[in-house]
Amino acid sequence: MGVENAAYVAADEAREIVALVGSGPDKVIPLLQEIQKRHNYLPEDLVEAVAEEINVPVADIYGVATFYSQFRFTPMGKHLIKVCKGTACHVQGADMLSSALCEELGLEGEGTTSDMEFTMETVACLGCCSLAPVVMIDGKVFGKLTSSKVKKLIKGYRDGKN
Amino acid sequence: MEKTKVYVGLGSCGIAAGAQDIYDHLRENTASDKLDLEVTSCVGMCYAEPIVEVVRGGERIRYGSVDKKFADRIIASLESGDLPEDHVVTTTPEGKEYLDRQVKIVLKNCGIINPESIDDYLSVNGYKALEKAVNEYEPAKIIEIMKESGLRGRGGAGFLTGQKWSFLAGAKGEKKFLVCNADEGDPGAFMDRSVLEGDPHKVLEGMLIASYATGAQEGVIYCRAEYPLAIKRLNKAIAEAKERNFLGDSILGTDFSFHVHVKEGAGAFVCGEETALMASIEGKRGMPRLRPPFPAESGIQQSPTNINNVETYANVPFIILNGPESYNKYSFKNSYGTKVFALAGKIKRGGLIEVPMGLSIKEIVEEIGGGTDSGRPVKAVQMGGPAGGCIPASMFDTPIDYDSINETGAIMGSGGLVVMDDKTCMVDVARYFLAFTQNESCGKCTFCRVGTKRMLEILTRITEGKGVPDDLDKLEELAHHVQKTSLCGLGQLAPNPVLTTLKYFREEYEAHIFDKKCPAGVCKPLITIQIITEKCTGCTACARVCPVSAISGEVKKPHEIDPEVCTRCGLCIETCNFDAIEVV
Repeated sequence: MGVENAAYVAADEAREIVALVGSGPDKVIPLLQEIQKRHNYLPEDLVEAVAEEINVPVADIYGVATFYSQFRFTPMGKHLIKVCKGTACHVQGADMLSSALCEELGLEGEGTTSDMEFTMETVACLGCCSLAPVVMIDGKVFGKLTSSKVKKLIKGYRDGKN
Repeated sequence: MEKTKVYVGLGSCGIAAGAQDIYDHLRENTASDKLDLEVTSCVGMCYAEPIVEVVRGGERIRYGSVDKKFADRIIASLESGDLPEDHVVTTTPEGKEYLDRQVKIVLKNCGIINPESIDDYLSVNGYKALEKAVNEYEPAKIIEIMKESGLRGRGGAGFLTGQKWSFLAGAKGEKKFLVCNADEGDPGAFMDRSVLEGDPHKVLEGMLIASYATGAQEGVIYCRAEYPLAIKRLNKAIAEAKERNFLGDSILGTDFSFHVHVKEGAGAFVCGEETALMASIEGKRGMPRLRPPFPAESGIQQSPTNINNVETYANVPFIILNGPESYNKYSFKNSYGTKVFALAGKIKRGGLIEVPMGLSIKEIVEEIGGGTDSGRPVKAVQMGGPAGGCIPASMFDTPIDYDSINETGAIMGSGGLVVMDDKTCMVDVARYFLAFTQNESCGKCTFCRVGTKRMLEILTRITEGKGVPDDLDKLEELAHHVQKTSLCGLGQLAPNPVLTTLKYFREEYEAHIFDKKCPAGVCKPLITIQIITEKCTGCTACARVCPVSAISGEVKKPHEIDPEVCTRCGLCIETCNFDAIEVV
């Protein structure tokens, strides 16, 4: 696909998104949320196209996008792992889970594996404190984990068993 | 045969514990003419999830820790009529202890009604307070009742709710906004989530009454995006309330109108601060601004705005329906009513609890919570999240009220209560919270932006065994500057976890700095993991699991860990079946 073609598609999608969400200044966050809902991250060309569509400087849009931790600027892996770093999880050994996950996934910290299978993120709190420590994989919460359990869990996803 | 009503608790944590699977299992394996399967939400007994409740002849029997096997027994009992007698959680001594000290006003319907059904809410006097308010009272009278009830803002600051409402009622402006702050950002807190998931109509009813009292026409519920179930149930509740004319134009046939919508947050802790929250609603970066002007004069779109927390609104219907004296009869010093806490951490019976003001921390931790899950001694509780502090076990007689908690150096906060035992390192806890606030600082104020970073560096250095003697003085000095020179609560309160741990657990800091030891055995660079020769059976399980091959030894002979290679990941401790590996 040529660059011009991609821009054309982005402009089309931008119009669609703005028609769906609206275009007032208070719609910047919902617009970004809609983009991320569709693509799992904020593709640069689409953000620019939306900025043009609602007539707001791209810099302003990125100012907002980079302020909030929800927004991602690089493509996400097939599975999204959210490691809870809430207080309850912290005192119950969340750090051990992250180390075990990093080791299992070959990551240094938060990020996406080179095969684009897994993205690991840490989140402030998933609110399942009584099951601490927990991780959320593709929206499903797994609680009362240990390093070995979480490693098994990842192996299960890799083998397509989960 | 008559149908049996069965409730399955489908709150976020119930689902995480497997309640959805149990629900599906019950649905698939029972004929629909025998079973009336209902969804409810979290009843607060998180430690016993998944929970299934069977209604039989007006009696509700609540079963905990239900697995598929036990669900099969419930199914069989629907035929035979003999309900299982084990797994019951409410009538056991443990269950009684957990429930007896609680007073449920905010959480009354949570885990009892189906949160996705307005009829269920109506069946428990739902929207009766609203009817009473618009039919019997002038707006000014409602504000008076709220003042008399003594309800103080449950988001943390504890400002008198009635007074706050009177500011909005007295403000000039054609358009007025009412905001419900559901941006529950404190790690270790899930009160608001549970209320929104379990009883969304109650929050709406509270907002409606506030709107009637203050003259606000438009409401916004600012909810964390991390709470998808709460958002879903809120939107359903709004749609149903509109259909029944509790929301919208000409409510209940009067000329009172109120519209409300949900706004999803995007993950910024500072948006819990009211001016930052309003900036976020307007689509901007969520940066706090100077007050005055206060929101009641100039808030969203420069219009007068009132902001209350979820729990605050959820208290309102009870107060209006039963009168202020039925609420303020629970009182201690200057605090009235009840407070919801999320009891978590190293606790035997963790969950969502609601207690009257004046109960002591000890009663909460030991009687309701049953002490630690490990059986180890409780060392402290952390109250108020990143803005709060750690209260040591020696001060557990402190009663739950705004002033007494403040005197300890912690804050009531929104209600996170995390229990810590002697295996929790207080320096590590302080570092943890500071890492959180440092990361969430919006960057506007220099001391909050840079000062917290320098404090974090010092704390990290201490936990790595590189602390130097004057680190503690430096920490205190920086803490005071950050407190004094920050614009909003995030910065002003950020040093609290450090200051309270320094005040009550100074010897732990000193052990890290001078003895290069972590007494709780948490800080990795300061600990060694070793095998207890007498206990080791030589089963090789640890050696097989060690990711860095630091463990060696012959089969059936005691093993050894090479401290130079060991990364202290703890996998071997987890794996050992003989308690033969220890941290020193």
